[in-house]
Amino acid sequence: MTGKIVAVHGNLVIAETDDRVVQNSVGYCVRSDDVRLLAEVVRVRGRLADMQVFEDTRGLKVGDAVELRREMLSVVLGPGLLGQIYDGLQNPLPKLAEQVGFFLKPGTYIHGLLPDTKWAFTPGVGPGASVQRGDVLGSVPEGIFKHQIMVPFSWQGSFTVEKVVPAGDYTIDDEIAVLKDDAGRSHSVRMQQEWPVKVPLNVSRRRLMPTDPLVTRVRIIDSMFPIVRGGTYCIPGPFGAGKTVLQQITSRYAEVDVVIVAACGERAGEVVETLREFPQLIDPRTGRSLMERTIIICNTSAMPVAAREASVYTAATLGEYYRQMGLHVLLLADSTSRWAQAMRELSGRLEEIPGEEAFPAYLESRIAAFYERGGALELRSGEIGTLTIGGTVSPAGGNFEEPVTQGTLKVVGAFHGLSRARSDARRYPAIDPLDSWSKYTGIIEPAKVAKVHELLIRGNEVRQMMTVVGEEGTSAEDFTVALKADFFDNCYLQQNAFDDVDGATPAERQQFVFNKILEVLDLEFGFEDKNLARQTMVRGTDLFRNWNYAASDSDEYRQLLERIDRFIATKGRDE
Amino acid sequence: MRKYYDDISRIAGNVVTVKAGGVGYDELAVLTSDRGESLAQVIRLESNSVSLQVFAGTQGVANNDRVRFMHKPMQVPFSDALLGRVFDGSGRPRDGRGVVEADMVDIGSPAVNPVKRRMPDKMVQTGIPMIDIFNSLVESQKLPIFSVAGEPYNELLARVGLQANADIIILGGMGLRHDDYLKFRNAFEEGGVLGRAIMFIHTAADPVVECLLVPDLCLAVGEQFALQGKSVLVLLTDMTAFSDALKEIAIVMEQIPSNRGYPGDLYTQLAKRYEKAVDFDGAGSMTVLACVTMPGDDVTHPVPDNTGYITEGQFYLRNGRIEPFGSLSRLKQQVNGKTRDDHRAIMDACIQLYALCRESREKRDMGFEMSEWDTKLLAYGALFEDKIMDLSVNIPLFEALDRCWTILADCFEPAETGIRRAIIEKHWPKPLT
Ligand SMILES: Nc1ncnc2c1ncn2[C@@H]1O[C@H](COP(=O)(O)OP(=O)(O)OP(=O)(O)O)[C@@H](O)[C@H]1O
Ligand SMILES: [Mg+2]
Repeated sequence: MTGKIVAVHGNLVIAETDDRVVQNSVGYCVRSDDVRLLAEVVRVRGRLADMQVFEDTRGLKVGDAVELRREMLSVVLGPGLLGQIYDGLQNPLPKLAEQVGFFLKPGTYIHGLLPDTKWAFTPGVGPGASVQRGDVLGSVPEGIFKHQIMVPFSWQGSFTVEKVVPAGDYTIDDEIAVLKDDAGRSHSVRMQQEWPVKVPLNVSRRRLMPTDPLVTRVRIIDSMFPIVRGGTYCIPGPFGAGKTVLQQITSRYAEVDVVIVAACGERAGEVVETLREFPQLIDPRTGRSLMERTIIICNTSAMPVAAREASVYTAATLGEYYRQMGLHVLLLADSTSRWAQAMRELSGRLEEIPGEEAFPAYLESRIAAFYERGGALELRSGEIGTLTIGGTVSPAGGNFEEPVTQGTLKVVGAFHGLSRARSDARRYPAIDPLDSWSKYTGIIEPAKVAKVHELLIRGNEVRQMMTVVGEEGTSAEDFTVALKADFFDNCYLQQNAFDDVDGATPAERQQFVFNKILEVLDLEFGFEDKNLARQTMVRGTDLFRNWNYAASDSDEYRQLLERIDRFIATKGRDE
Repeated sequence: MRKYYDDISRIAGNVVTVKAGGVGYDELAVLTSDRGESLAQVIRLESNSVSLQVFAGTQGVANNDRVRFMHKPMQVPFSDALLGRVFDGSGRPRDGRGVVEADMVDIGSPAVNPVKRRMPDKMVQTGIPMIDIFNSLVESQKLPIFSVAGEPYNELLARVGLQANADIIILGGMGLRHDDYLKFRNAFEEGGVLGRAIMFIHTAADPVVECLLVPDLCLAVGEQFALQGKSVLVLLTDMTAFSDALKEIAIVMEQIPSNRGYPGDLYTQLAKRYEKAVDFDGAGSMTVLACVTMPGDDVTHPVPDNTGYITEGQFYLRNGRIEPFGSLSRLKQQVNGKTRDDHRAIMDACIQLYALCRESREKRDMGFEMSEWDTKLLAYGALFEDKIMDLSVNIPLFEALDRCWTILADCFEPAETGIRRAIIEKHWPKPLT
């Protein structure tokens, strides 16, 4: 199917054709030097197909040929995805660099898997078995996981296994099984299959209510505003408030099987940090390099905008694929605002009627549909697989009353709002404990969480009152409340991301420290003198902070704990 | 044979639409009118209509003036002969000397493959404690100076430029006042770097949209030097002028503005430029420092706002000082862990205490009683501003760290600083009890 270009405007190309055009199918714009640029049909009007081009359109001319395909924008699924670094269209960037050097080159596309690698296949079913899409036919080891080879997800109906190859080494393109459908036709199964990125991949018995806490080792998240496996959450915040750092920490320490990092329209340098450091970092839970559980999708801000729009879907699809194997997957998208802006740019070129801040009217439904791809599934095998989605939001002017933040808040289960005031004061992670919320239950009893939350609110009220009536106009009792709130903030909510020990607190340690702090908060200090009150709390803070820096099994840890217990026993009068 | 097109169907703002065929998107054209020749760039193709953004503006352009298409994107000559030269916003010599004959390179090349970047790890010492201690500048960083008009931002830019020790310095001026251009020139001359500097200068007197090419020209040339293994420093001033030119074009093209008249792709347009800052794996590097003037001192204005989301931090210049709050170097942690073991502790403690000092000042200004603690903070704040924040302070990093310790010890008890005991024991300049 072919057509001709009749207009070019930014990354939007209008093609004219007499052939059949399928909405959301892909096509190629053929530049006069024969370079073929991938594009997607985004609107059909009579004989005109509006296409968003996934590359820089420099050099395209009116009259250039367009090839239209039937299939939708898809990724290839199979063993060999883990550890890869892809662009938004699943081109492996290291291979691209080998082929074309320092710079990206429009029109260069490379297969997303390793076509020559042999994988050690072990069959899981025998001839005669009855199977459906998503059922396991066998497995290959992929790093630390048993990568399951499944009946292609796009195959409808039930099949009988006619043949499975014996255990042995096969490439992703070798036939590993033959299935017979109800009509008696045979179908050949390979380890690789394709799936359209904009269609959710979910082959399961049912969706479950996500309840299992996902420990990130960030105290303010796990203890105060928890997330769960299969849940969704967002991190809005003004520039420089710490969204990316928070996601980077999470990508390291989060207690999940697979992490997918989608760098969507942000800085290339930030991805470089991840891709240089991860291969060197050992995951203490597996003893293997972190890279073995990670996939990086990297469509940074200087890379083509339409591919940026596609990149979050690519990431979601890869996440869903590993979820189908009964694994716990975490997808971190930074930043969903750049994805929304990519939609806005296209919508503007299509001259659609704009909504607020020129975003398209369908912005909210797209955001909702994206987060809906997260979730906990009970698979047909009875196993449970989860996909957790966490997205950052970069609101214009840092103002949360804007369409992307608002659209996101409507659909996610937890909100970690970063505040400029906290990041300016270097109170990291700058999650605002007064604004943020979570609908999930985490590792601390809800009653205890509610109690400290109450304290933080009251502490803030006292502080605000103090700006009007001054310290002298504040009662010793209120003053102590403010000090206690600060104490909790300083010793627990704040965490130094760049310290080996303080940077990541395991769940048990969080629970232990939290309870210790509650003991302090519960003390009736009975301060008369405000200076004494402040000095006492400064000493307490100093003890707890140093304790946070002490490795769990060290002498220092034990000594500090003893001093803290003395501090509590004497109400800070004599440690 | 040269082919001309002279059927101009629309002239509006800085955009001209002409009937023509066989024209490539984004390619370069030359428009000849009574006022002479101007470069133009294809920004839209629609059957046989070609819309062009005319860099010298469309004043005096007639509907039968002639357009010639170059069938290539905008290019710039590249060779060592550029060093010491001054060009205008279209890349023509501005120093009265001849055109540089050299191989041409495309401007606005594709993005660097992220896997070909290395992690930046070389600190750029500036002698300014507010930068070196608190927000270290790192080679290959992209960093703007946010400032209101009237602050000495160009002086700061020139000063950092001189102390940074780069192989090549490229200055891109957009809407630059002629005086400021001369000041840069003099600073470079006095600093002895003119011979390794290149300037692309668009002044306030030139047509507004002509400044649109300046960042691309600077970055294309810088990128080539970086590929040769050089460390390149690009100084851009003022990126707000650049953004305003983008806005003008967008309005003429009837794009729906997203925010205060700026086009929805402002982020992408700015990012395309700033992201050229790079530390190549296997070649040199390019650092980009830019001035962004904030209209109305409003950081939520779309230009500083979008910039902040792109760059690796920002320096706020206010009242002649680099503000500690809001100023940020996001690459600092790549380098400040390797300087001296107390660097990070000092960085955190001094700023947290200074923040508390400002709270105490507010309380004082409202007439409240000052506690003992407030008094300590006030004394600290005064010393800190005078001996560390003042822009005239020009001392090396270690000396600046020592100075911070002295100030802390003069004002506080060790535990009050919030610094960990181990670091205190090593560095506290007074006997510990
Ligand atoms: N948890 C933290 N501990 C210490 N420093 C932090 C922390 N979080 C952020 N920072 C500091 O703030 C800087 C900016 O953080 P980050 O890059 O995560 O911001 P961001 O919110 O992603 O900004 P943008 O929207 O512009 O991408 C970091 O480079 C670091 O210096
Ligand atoms: Mg970020």
